[in-house]
Amino acid sequence: MAQVSGISDEQTSTPMSSNTILLRISRFNPEHDDSSQFMEFTVPYERWTTVLEAILDVKKRFDHSVAVRYSCRQATCGSCGMMINGKPRLACFTKISELNSNVVTVEPMNNFPIIRDLAVKFERLFNTHQKIKPYLIRDDSELESDEKEFLQSPEEVEQYIQFANCIKCGLCNSACPTMATDSSFVGPQALAQAYRYVADSRDKGKDSRLKIIDDSHGIWRCHFAGSCSQVCPKGVDPAMGIQLLRGYLLGFRS
Amino acid sequence: MRESTIMKIHYGTALAAIALVAVHILMRLTQGFAESLEYESVLANYRFIPYAAMLELILILLAVHGFNGLRVILLELKQGRTYEKAVSYGCLVAMIALIAYGSRTIIMTNMGMV
Repeated sequence: MAQVSGISDEQTSTPMSSNTILLRISRFNPEHDDSSQFMEFTVPYERWTTVLEAILDVKKRFDHSVAVRYSCRQATCGSCGMMINGKPRLACFTKISELNSNVVTVEPMNNFPIIRDLAVKFERLFNTHQKIKPYLIRDDSELESDEKEFLQSPEEVEQYIQFANCIKCGLCNSACPTMATDSSFVGPQALAQAYRYVADSRDKGKDSRLKIIDDSHGIWRCHFAGSCSQVCPKGVDPAMGIQLLRGYLLGFRS
Repeated sequence: MRESTIMKIHYGTALAAIALVAVHILMRLTQGFAESLEYESVLANYRFIPYAAMLELILILLAVHGFNGLRVILLELKQGRTYEKAVSYGCLVAMIALIAYGSRTIIMTNMGMV
């Protein structure tokens, strides 16, 4: 059973055993609060307990008002992205035991406006994602074509398949240093998706997509910090996608 | 101008500047470094037309590359239509002014007016 220890900077008086951690949850309501503060809870855990399960344990036993977004609990929906011990991660995909720390601090993702506590607004991510036309563009369709489907060789699929694993969780945008300063930057998520469709042999919308990202706040504002690729829970490498996409714009790829 | 064109110029000027500045530094080392910076020696460099042309080229390359770099940094610091236009045109004007002033110095010295 979890035990609440106090608000803000107060430390728990409960002695830490090997089976408990101190869970620090950032609390902030933009409608009432000037700044965020941490609530601390002593939470039991097992080898398989995830950070999301610990947060839900707190909600169930101590404070149901903790705001957190989640759904699938299996790293598929991309809802539970948050800063865990200073690094953007999926709460459902992060086991407490693998953090190697008796203190787990959870905060809302960087570079996203906060709705409340750990829940953030995704409007910017969805808008930029939509902006790069994340769908196959071509004049004909499977219905009109003589063939029932647009065939691809394994080599052609290999060109883009890892980028199709993106779950739009926003961790890459949260880790991106350019996103922190440039409010108009397209972001690694959208750029990686632009590459996913540009590299797809079935797609004919390369020119229109390249035109969209060839902007003063587009692909050229990436400084190749590579933090987006480090935090992706699905193994997508947005930094590589961005560099490959630059190849098209610089004339190295066609 | 499209951003990709600007960035091609940015990368191109960087590469060309590296090559020419390397030549410039090597030329300084052909004689003693301190000696090469003496007044008469510097004037002689300016009066040697191929070398003066290379200095002019370095000036243009570094001004274009530097002011575009400054533009990029400023665009990332703050956003807004008016601000971005001011930054872009401001950097362009400053770049032209610097090239004009530098060229004036090179041309005047080359023609023996200094």
